[in-house]
Amino acid sequence: MARDKGMDRRDFLSRLTAGAAAAAVGGVVWGGFVTEGKSASLVLRPPGALPEPDFLGKCIRCGICVEACPYDTLFLAGPGTAAPTGTPSLVPRDVPCYLCADIPCTSECPTGALELSLVSTENGRTLDVNKTRIGLAVMDYENCIAAWGLRCDACYRACPLIDKAITLEHTRNERTGRHAVLLPKVHTDACTGCGLCERACVVEKAAIFVLPLEVALGRVGDNYIKGWDEGDENRIDDTTGPADEMDSDPLDYLNSGDLQDD
Amino acid sequence: MTSLGANRFLIARRLVQTAVMVLLIGGNLWGWTVLRGNLSSSVVLGVAPLADPFAVLQLLVAGGLLAADVLIGAAITLVFYALLGGRTFCAWVCPMNAVTDLANRLGRRFRTGSGSRRVFGRPARYFILAVALILSAALGTAAFEAVSPIGMLQRGLVFGMGAGWLAVAAVFLFDLLVQKNGFCGHVCPLGAFYALVGRTALLRIDHDHEQCTSCMDCLEVCPENRILDLVGQASGSVLDGVCTNCGRCIEVCPDDALSFSHRKQAMSLESGGS
Repeated sequence: MARDKGMDRRDFLSRLTAGAAAAAVGGVVWGGFVTEGKSASLVLRPPGALPEPDFLGKCIRCGICVEACPYDTLFLAGPGTAAPTGTPSLVPRDVPCYLCADIPCTSECPTGALELSLVSTENGRTLDVNKTRIGLAVMDYENCIAAWGLRCDACYRACPLIDKAITLEHTRNERTGRHAVLLPKVHTDACTGCGLCERACVVEKAAIFVLPLEVALGRVGDNYIKGWDEGDENRIDDTTGPADEMDSDPLDYLNSGDLQDD
Repeated sequence: MTSLGANRFLIARRLVQTAVMVLLIGGNLWGWTVLRGNLSSSVVLGVAPLADPFAVLQLLVAGGLLAADVLIGAAITLVFYALLGGRTFCAWVCPMNAVTDLANRLGRRFRTGSGSRRVFGRPARYFILAVALILSAALGTAAFEAVSPIGMLQRGLVFGMGAGWLAVAAVFLFDLLVQKNGFCGHVCPLGAFYALVGRTALLRIDHDHEQCTSCMDCLEVCPENRILDLVGQASGSVLDGVCTNCGRCIEVCPDDALSFSHRKQAMSLESGGS
């Protein structure tokens, strides 16, 4: 750049400034575009995917997971679709995840965007595809014909973790007064988000469907602890708050003897 | 018609580009194991990883602690181009090269006027490279990979094009109607990255001043023609990293003054590249 004939320092600096300014303007537009793509929150990722921000920080968009999938479940998002261009995704209503025991998609990921330890047993030695958390199956009981009282258990039968991830709740049909309603119920602790239920659902637009965990789940926060659940208290061990900034232990406050002076 | 020999490097480049893409497409559609993945990251014969070092660099500044496979793959590619190939990727592997070459050839034939316009200067690509890395760090994802027309083209060829044709068409029209060699020579940060990497490489275009008749045919076809500054001046190697080793100048030279060779210092002219 500076090798140009007849370019002095002033020329060089003014060109450099102009270039930097143009780069800044272009960068804002470019950055806005990338940010918009990143905020697509309804995208489902392959088994073993890191949480979305970490996933996008590692995925190189090579499609090796797509090629590894024997069921053509996975595809790379094309430009103009909801997911960031070139990142792997699945639409269970079209092709669900069949939860291969050897998890080839995760095994072959070269970058660690799909992380084997997330789909392995505690010691990390053996794969456990049931730890997959693509998302969570969510029920729309308004449009579930089983909830209407009709006999349908398509999702329940399709579930690879039948009676663990989906159970049938036997309740009374209040409308007829003499029949049962067999209500499908999804259990968050077991559901892999594979989407076989969504695929199997018989109504026109599935009444059971997989949403990303971030979208499907609420969060209790640190205010409530299950007193009956040993270990749940550990959840708030890392919590910080005003008490951490006090000089003395808050428990000593009542014993300090200065209360009447205030 | 020009003879086969007069286009030998052009034909070889198209063969290499096509072979790479066909092997990748076969890897996806027919389960071939020679080359699986795409140009961002792939596996050769099921063992050796290869990866795009610029994409990996973006992910590294984005904060990702990447797995060893892709790091090794990027290192292999980087070492190959830094020691041997130079910016060879752009002319011999990248499928966008065929698109922009066509645009530039049509531009020359039909005189679309793209040769005289300057929207981007040559250094623009280095600014874009810098912006790509800054955005990657700020947004936590590979910023150029998110918008790269090359990515859309090569991924599209292997995994399905979607609306990616629009990006490819945009590059084609930009090169044809707006600025000659606009994308590859002025905008593309991947090309800029390989230009920086390729400065030290061994493979160089060699110029023999004794043979040269200063017809300047080489400058006419060279997509980076400022690097041929020693033509008509001195013997030596073209040392600038932006040379893609496309070999077009060798093919068009009627005097056999240009050839592929290993790196040599220029005899009398102060050489570029520093």
